[in-house]
Amino acid sequence: MVGKIFAVVVALVTLVTAYCVITHVWWMPVDISAHGPKIDHQIEETILVAGLLFIAGQIVLASFVFLYGGARGKPKQIPGGAKPLVIFAFVLVGTEILALSFIGSKAWGAVYFAAPDPSSMPIDVQAGQFAYYFRYPGLDGKFGALHPEMINEGTQNYFGIDPEHDPDAKDDIVTAEMAIPVNQPILLTLHSKDVGHSFYVRELRVQQDFVPGLDIPIHFTATQTGRYEIVCTQLCGLGHYNMKAYLSVLSQADFDDWLKKQAAMQ
Amino acid sequence: MNQSQWTIAGHEVVMEASPYGIEKKKLGIWIFLVSDACTFGAFLFAYGYMRIGAPVWGAPFGIPSIVNGVVMTAVLLSSSLTMLAGVRASQAAQKASVKKWLAATMILGAIFAALHLREWVSLIGEGWRLFANPTGGPAQFGATFFSVTGLHLSHVIVGVIVLAFVARGYNQGRYDQSHIETAGLYWHFVDLVWMFVFPLMYLMNAH
Amino acid sequence: MAETSVQAAHHAAPQGFIRKYLFSVDHKVIGIQYLTLSMVAAFVGMALSWAMRLHLAYPDFRIPLLGWLSPNGAPNGVMTPEYYLSLMTMHGTIMAFFVLTAAPFAGFGNFLLPIQVGAADMAFPRLNMTSFWVTFVGFLLAAATFFIPDGPPLSGWTAYAPLSAVGSVAGPGQGLGQTLWVFSIALFCIASLLGALNFIVTTLDLRTKGLTLSRLPLSTWAWFIDAWVSLLAFAVLLPCGLLLALDRLGGTSFFIPGGLVFNDQLQPHSGGSPLLFQHLFWFFGHPEVYIIILPAFGIVSHIFPTFIRKPLVGGWKVITFAEIAVGTLSFVVWGHHMFVSGMSPFMAMVFSVPTLFITIPSVIAVLVWVFSLYGSNLRFDTPMLYSLGFVSLFITGGIGGFFLAQPSTDSYLHATSFVVGHFHFTMGLSAIFATFAGFYYWYPKMFGRMMNEKLGKLHFWLSFVGVYCVFMTLHLTGFAGSVRRYSAFVDDFMIPLMPAQRFMTISALLLGASQFIFLFNAIWSRFKGPKAADNPWGATTLEWDTTSPPPFDNFGGRQLTVYHGPMEYHGEASVMQTSPAASVAGT
Repeated sequence: MVGKIFAVVVALVTLVTAYCVITHVWWMPVDISAHGPKIDHQIEETILVAGLLFIAGQIVLASFVFLYGGARGKPKQIPGGAKPLVIFAFVLVGTEILALSFIGSKAWGAVYFAAPDPSSMPIDVQAGQFAYYFRYPGLDGKFGALHPEMINEGTQNYFGIDPEHDPDAKDDIVTAEMAIPVNQPILLTLHSKDVGHSFYVRELRVQQDFVPGLDIPIHFTATQTGRYEIVCTQLCGLGHYNMKAYLSVLSQADFDDWLKKQAAMQ
Repeated sequence: MNQSQWTIAGHEVVMEASPYGIEKKKLGIWIFLVSDACTFGAFLFAYGYMRIGAPVWGAPFGIPSIVNGVVMTAVLLSSSLTMLAGVRASQAAQKASVKKWLAATMILGAIFAALHLREWVSLIGEGWRLFANPTGGPAQFGATFFSVTGLHLSHVIVGVIVLAFVARGYNQGRYDQSHIETAGLYWHFVDLVWMFVFPLMYLMNAH
Repeated sequence: MAETSVQAAHHAAPQGFIRKYLFSVDHKVIGIQYLTLSMVAAFVGMALSWAMRLHLAYPDFRIPLLGWLSPNGAPNGVMTPEYYLSLMTMHGTIMAFFVLTAAPFAGFGNFLLPIQVGAADMAFPRLNMTSFWVTFVGFLLAAATFFIPDGPPLSGWTAYAPLSAVGSVAGPGQGLGQTLWVFSIALFCIASLLGALNFIVTTLDLRTKGLTLSRLPLSTWAWFIDAWVSLLAFAVLLPCGLLLALDRLGGTSFFIPGGLVFNDQLQPHSGGSPLLFQHLFWFFGHPEVYIIILPAFGIVSHIFPTFIRKPLVGGWKVITFAEIAVGTLSFVVWGHHMFVSGMSPFMAMVFSVPTLFITIPSVIAVLVWVFSLYGSNLRFDTPMLYSLGFVSLFITGGIGGFFLAQPSTDSYLHATSFVVGHFHFTMGLSAIFATFAGFYYWYPKMFGRMMNEKLGKLHFWLSFVGVYCVFMTLHLTGFAGSVRRYSAFVDDFMIPLMPAQRFMTISALLLGASQFIFLFNAIWSRFKGPKAADNPWGATTLEWDTTSPPPFDNFGGRQLTVYHGPMEYHGEASVMQTSPAASVAGT
C-alpha cells in the first residue's frame, strides 16, 4: 500500500512538472536579440534531453517501488548485474553530454567568441550601489578618460570624467536610461565603481557580471523595438532588489532624436 | 597476541591492536601535512595571482636581505639534520643523545625565527606594511610577503614549542620514540615549505 | 566465534555530568552533540526561511518576533530590504555549514564510524572533542551577529568580495557582522579539518580483524571519501577566510581593486582581484556540495540493502567507485559558478566539460539505487521511505544541473530562482532526506528506543510533497527570469509571478510546520517509545552487533572478527558481518 502511494505520488509530481514545462505556465519572455535564438534553442534541446532523463528516472523508480513493494519471494538481481547500468551511463549519458557540449559551445561561442561587429556602437555602463549610468561618446566618437576620484553624485559626475580639461570627455553624454537603435550592433563596456553587479536583460538573453577593477566588454544586437528591464543579478548590498534601469530599443530616427535631447540636457 | 592500550579520558580500554594499524600518530601527522600543504598552496596561489596581475611588481630585496635569507635557509636546513639525528637517537634509545639533538634543533629554530623577525623589523622600519610599499610599487608586495612568511614563521614557532613539549615528555618518560618521529615529520615539512617560500618570496624579488 | 578475545577490560564510563555529557571524549556523545547542534541550527535556518518567504509573498506582513529581535531591521516586525538580505545570508550560512555539513558527516559519522569499524573510539578522542567545541563556538559567533546593533552580514553565504571586504561602508552588517561571520567560518574550517583527519585515521587504522576495505559498510566508505574531500577543500577555504580577514582588518587589498568609490569617497585600496576571491571560494565551494551529498550517498546505500533484503546491484564496488569519481571530479569543476563572472569565456568552456562529466558517476549511483529495487523484497519502514524520497529528489536536482553546467544556457538562468531550486534539490533537501533516513534508522541504536512509525510516515509524506511544491516552482519561475536574492518584487516584470510566490510561501509554511511532527516524534520517543532490540531492522553491520545504546567502549570489551561484507542479505535470511556462517548473498 505504502509503495503504491509512493509510486502514484512520484508519477503525479513528474506529470505535473512535465505539464508545467511543456505548456510554458511560467516561461521565458520573448527573445529580441540576434544571438538569442541560439540560446533558446539550446535551452529547448536541454529540456528535451534532461526532461527525458527526468521522466525515465522517476517513472522507473516509481514502477519498481510499485512492483516490488511488500514482495516476499526469493530476491534476485537484475539480469546482467551492474555492467549494463555502467555501460548505459557512460554511453547514453556520455553521448548526450558530448552532444550538449558541442552544440552548446557553438551557442556560447556565437555570443562570446565572435568579434564585435566593426560598425558596433560603443556604450559605457557604470554600475554603482544601486543604479546604472550609461555613457555615449558624442560626436567625436571618443570616450573621455575615467578618474574614479572625481566621481561625485552631487554634481552628477557618475563616471568620474573631466570635461574641463579632457576634450574627449566634453561631449560625452551620460544618461540614466539606456536607448539603442534597433538592428544596430552594440558594444557595451561594463565598469563598476564599487562592488560586483550584473547586467541582465531577459529579452536580450544577456547576463554579464560587473567586476570592480575590470572593464568587461559584451556585444549584442537587438532586433525588436520596445522597452525592457535591465536588472542587477549580483548581490550588491541593501538596495540590490531595487537596482534596475530601462533599455529602450528605438528606430534609428527615434534614437537620434532621443540622443539629441539627452545631449541638450548635459 | 599483539596488545595495545588506549587511554580514554583516563580509563583503560584494553583491546587487540588493529591488524591494519600503522602508527596512528604518524598517519595523523601525514594527513595533517597534506591539508597544511593545501593551505600554503592557497597562500602561494594568491601571491602568484597578485604578482601576475600587477603591472609592475618591483624587486625590493638587495644583497643584505638575500644573504640574510641564505643564512636563514642554512640554519633551517641544519635543523632538519639535527632533527634527523634526534629521531635516529630515539630509535636507538640513546636518551642523552636525543636530548642533545632536540635542544640543537630548537636552538636552530629559534635562531631562524630571530633572524626572520629581525628582517621583518627592518622592513617595517623602512616603511613596509601590509598595505604600504615605500618604493611606490604595488601594496600587494607587503601583503603577500608578510602573510606568506608570517604563516611560515608561525609554523616554525609552533614547531619549537611542540619540540619543547615533546622533549620534556620524553625526558619524563611519558612520550616515546614515536612522538619524536611525529614531531620530526612536522619539522621537516616546515623546512620543506621554506624551500618554496625562499625562492618565491626572496630570490624572485631580488634586484 | 564473534569474540576472539575478551579482555578483562577494567574500563568504566566517566562519571559526573560535565565529563559524561558536556566535555565528553566519547565519540557517541560527540555525535549526538553534533546532531543536536544541527537540529537547533536547522530550526533556526528554517525560521529564517519562513520569515523570508512571508516577506516575499506578503511584503507588509508583520512578524512581531522579528521586530523584537531587530528594531532597526524589522521596525514593528515589517522587514526592511537589508534585513531580508541578512536573514538570507544567515539562512545559507547556517544551513550549508552547520546543518548540511555537520549532521550527515560529523553527526552520524562520529556516532557510527568507530562502531562500524569495530573500534572503541575515534583515533584521537580529545581532538574529536575539540572539533565539536570549535564548531560550537563557530556557531555562537554566527548566531551572535543577530544581536549586534548592525545585524548580520548581507553579502550572502558566498560573501563575494569586494562587498564582503571593504567593511561597513558597503552597508550595515558589512562591519562587525561580516567580521564575526569570517571568524565563524574560519573556526568551522579548523573544526572540519580536525574532524576529517580523525575520520581518515580511524578508518585506516582502527579497523578490527577481518574488516578489509572491501568489507567496510558503505556508509563508512562514504564518510572516508568525504573526509578526504573535506580535508583538501576546507584547507583552501581557511586561507580564503584569513585573507578576507586581512583585507577587512589589516588594510591589505587581496580582493579589493583600486579606484573603488563609496559615497563619493575613493577607497584606499589598490591592485586586488575580486576574481581571486571567487576562485578560492569556489575551489572550496563546489567540493563543498559534494562534502554535503557524499555522506547522504553513503547513508542511503547503507540503508537500502537492509530494506530490500539483498545486496546493491554491483556490490560495494560500483557505488564506491562512483563516489570516489564524484569526490575527485569535484575539484575540477568550480569554474561553472563563474560563467558570467568576467572569467575568460574560454575557461567557461573548459570548466563546462568536467561539470557535465561529473553527471556520469552520479547517474551510475542513481542507477545502482533504482535498479537494486528490481527483484527485491522491498519494505517501507520510515528510513527506507526517506531513502526512496532521497533518490527521487536527487534525480530531480541532478536534472537541473544539465542547464547550469552549460555556459550558454547558464547565461540566461544564472542568478535566477532556477539555481535556488536546483541546489535545494540536489544538495539541500537530498542531504536532509538522507539525514532523516539515517535518523529514523539509527535512532534505536542511539537512544535505545524506537521512533513512532505512523508519525514518521506522516512526516515523510508532508515533507516529500511540500519539497516538490516549493522547489519545483522555483525552477519554473526561474525559467521566467525571476531573479534570486531579491527582497521584494517591485519591478513590473516580476509582479505577474506573485501567485507563484504566494503558492511557494504557503507550501513552505506547511513544509516547515510538518517538521514539528518530527521534532515531537524525536523527543517523545526518547522517553515513551517502545524499547529497541539490539538489531531491530535485521541488519548485518557491526553497530547492530552490540546493545542499544552501545556501552562506553562500544562492544563491552569484545574483540570482533569480521567474516563478511556488509550486504549479506537474501530475503529474510541475513548474516551478520561477525558471523562465521556461510555467505547467503554470494558476495
